[in-house]
Amino acid sequence: MSIEEKVVEIIMEQLDVTKEECVLEASFIDDLGADSLDIVELIMALEENFGIEISDEELRKIRTIQDSINFIKKKKGLLT
Amino acid sequence: MKNNPSLQERVALITGGSRGIGRAIALKLSAVGAYAIVNYAKNLAAAEETLTLIRKQGGNGEVVPFDVADAEGTRKLIADMISRKGRIDILVNNAGTSADGLLVRMKDEDWESVIRTNLTGTYNCCRAVAYSMMKRRWGRIINITSVVAESGNAGQVNYSASKAGIIGLTKSLARELGPRNICVNAVAPGFIVTDMTKSLPEEVREQIKEQIPLAKLGTPEDVAGIVAFLATEEAAYITGQVIHVNGGLYM
Repeated sequence: MSIEEKVVEIIMEQLDVTKEECVLEASFIDDLGADSLDIVELIMALEENFGIEISDEELRKIRTIQDSINFIKKKKGLLT
Repeated sequence: MKNNPSLQERVALITGGSRGIGRAIALKLSAVGAYAIVNYAKNLAAAEETLTLIRKQGGNGEVVPFDVADAEGTRKLIADMISRKGRIDILVNNAGTSADGLLVRMKDEDWESVIRTNLTGTYNCCRAVAYSMMKRRWGRIINITSVVAESGNAGQVNYSASKAGIIGLTKSLARELGPRNICVNAVAPGFIVTDMTKSLPEEVREQIKEQIPLAKLGTPEDVAGIVAFLATEEAAYITGQVIHVNGGLYM
């Protein structure tokens, strides 16, 4: 499973949204209806699944699905 | 316990469960079906006695040593427990200490140690269990505070401050975790017969008794009953509350 697919799967489960809603530019808060607690839970799920750590500062920059994918790739050294 | 297995399959962690109110809570939770993890900091013999009593009444559990004031140790041991048992459904933050004295004579270390165990210890345990409860969409956190958190008590600025801090923590956490079906409440005992209050001089105990409408000191079991109730499904709509168990001493 690619990073993109895995991220979307986690988002679908955490935010209870459909695959169709998970377009890359979708904003967690504005498009997917997440609140602050949802975001924290989502981030913690991503941390667990990808074995990475996301600081509060970094967290604030992650607004869309694409942001989260880019971030994980960067952490994994797959994107410069 | 067959009549009321309301907490069957639930895993409960009771900090400071070796003696006094903590022991009574562990016994009561196990009596209604929960697996009781009895935490203790120093008194292994007392903790094992609690476990023996749990088994004697047909319950099950284990003892786990850690000092709630030690953030790292607490986090590690609770994480171990969660991975071993799969979850902690019920957390009872009961571990507490006191070091009474008038403010003008209070040692800084007596202030700090009481805040560290009672308030920071409660924070440490909440911090360690909250995420797994969030993921499971079910949880009960019951924090043991004290009547003096609201009434105040000369000679207990450290203790009452720590217990008042627990009330603030309880209410804020109830708001944070409410959307995840986790209820967070505080139980505020009045004067309960335990090792902690046994150290009071007899005349002080008599004076206290005169101020209690029910005219007697409470027992650990008086506290355990409401704690067990708050852990059940019947208490699912109660969160962010401070429940007083004090014989009417403070209203």
